[in-house]
Amino acid sequence: MLKDITIGQYYPSESVVHKLDPRLKIILTLVYIVAIFLIRNFWGFLLLAVLSILLCKVSKIPVGFLLKGLKPLAVLMVITALLNLFMTDGKILWQLGFLKITQEGIILSAFMLLRILFLVMGTSFLTYTTTPITLTSGIESLLKPFSKIGVPSHEIAMMMSIALRFIPTLIEETDKIMAAQKARGAALSEGNLIQRAKSLIPILIPLFVSAFRRADELAIAMESRCYHGGDDRTKMKELKYGKRDTIALFVFAICLTGMLMLNLLGASL
Amino acid sequence: MDIITTEKLTFQYEDSHRKVLENFDLTIEKGKFTALLGHNGSGKSSLAKLFNGILLPEGGKVYVSGMDTQNEQLLLDIRKCCGLVFQNPDNQLIASIIEDDVAFAPENLGIPSEEIRQRVDDALKCVGMYEYRMRSPHHLSGGQKQRVAIAGIVAMRPSVIVLDEPTAMLDPKGRKEVVETIQRLNRDYGITAILITHNMDEAALADRIVVIEKGKILLDGTPKEIFSEYEILKATGLDVPQITALSYELHKAGFPIDSCILSVEEFVEQITKVL
Repeated sequence: MLKDITIGQYYPSESVVHKLDPRLKIILTLVYIVAIFLIRNFWGFLLLAVLSILLCKVSKIPVGFLLKGLKPLAVLMVITALLNLFMTDGKILWQLGFLKITQEGIILSAFMLLRILFLVMGTSFLTYTTTPITLTSGIESLLKPFSKIGVPSHEIAMMMSIALRFIPTLIEETDKIMAAQKARGAALSEGNLIQRAKSLIPILIPLFVSAFRRADELAIAMESRCYHGGDDRTKMKELKYGKRDTIALFVFAICLTGMLMLNLLGASL
Repeated sequence: MDIITTEKLTFQYEDSHRKVLENFDLTIEKGKFTALLGHNGSGKSSLAKLFNGILLPEGGKVYVSGMDTQNEQLLLDIRKCCGLVFQNPDNQLIASIIEDDVAFAPENLGIPSEEIRQRVDDALKCVGMYEYRMRSPHHLSGGQKQRVAIAGIVAMRPSVIVLDEPTAMLDPKGRKEVVETIQRLNRDYGITAILITHNMDEAALADRIVVIEKGKILLDGTPKEIFSEYEILKATGLDVPQITALSYELHKAGFPIDSCILSVEEFVEQITKVL
């Protein structure tokens, strides 16, 4: 069940999107996040939906795979939607005690839902189409100018790539520990919230112990492979900003402008 | 020519009183396939880490290709020359894509990117994992992961590969893949191989076996010589390959066959003569 989490995982394919410069993809993703919050009406989201499907086709990622990544966030999305639905003041449509549904509430919660949806979907394009190591070398390269003021760019990148590498391993491990504790009679999904939280302890402790042991072994393995920090390090895949990146930048700019223009069509919020 | 030499090597962990190794003298010949046999806690894993300067001797010296492991300036050269492969493949792969992982060591060495590409491709072909270069490690079997880990070391172009129980966590199929890879590296690429193991069948494939017990060398010789010391091995709780045990018992019972047969084929050949 935990294996279903696909956020932060690479989907191997040979598409144009995969080949783009990670630095460009990171910057565009950041712009995209900001842009999502600038959308003022449902036309914007409609365009976004169309563009997302197009991007899926171009990057050869199955739409189902993209949607699967949303599953773990379902609870968060429902809570956000409900909070917005019941907590927004405005024209009351329905009321029961302190609970009320307003017209504004419905619109706002739909907006929030769509925002989270597109936020996760859009940003996961970055991790689906970029190998973690390219991604981190992109971050490293973007942070490089800041290393003069003491930002440890190489170390940050290395930590991130190791974290990404170990997500599936630790998930597998968690599954195993859960199965082992269940076999010993642990009741993981029974009782009230506090009891359930307590029953996590026999899962978390072995997981942490094993993570520390892994870290120790990994450090030795890295040293054995001549790791000595970021100095004098070269890269097999050097980042190159090419013609296709410029084209992608233009396409993105056009879509962004289009999206912002749609805001002019009857602002509904 | 000797590639690794230890001279009166003594070592103990800070938090323990027991010496792991004491006055340990060993020379490993270049180009040979050597197996280090021993129990858990016999000091064989510490020895592997002493070979490339991860651990430093408390007394005595370790020389790798003439370089003293205590000389910090030579540390990278020593590690480049003597690669280590560990037991758990999951804990030694650092990248999420196979080829990026194999590139890790050459990247650390500051090799130009075209040459890294070449080395990575060569290394992956050499362990038979080239088709998997774009996959992520958690989609591979244990044996495949361990072969990738070996490729990660091969990409450094080392003279020696030390493998610390590389098959302990693998299923029989994975073991076979890894052992065959080690043999190929040794035979076709001339890389000196040191296999640390407690699996007798694997040790039997080596040119030379060194049995370590309580931080000292107990036996040292060719597999035939070692396994003919059936009684000593039994006394220390080490096994001999099943087929060797069978031949030994038959020999003792008075059948006219060798007391120390290492392979099933050889056994069949002899037993058919008897029958």
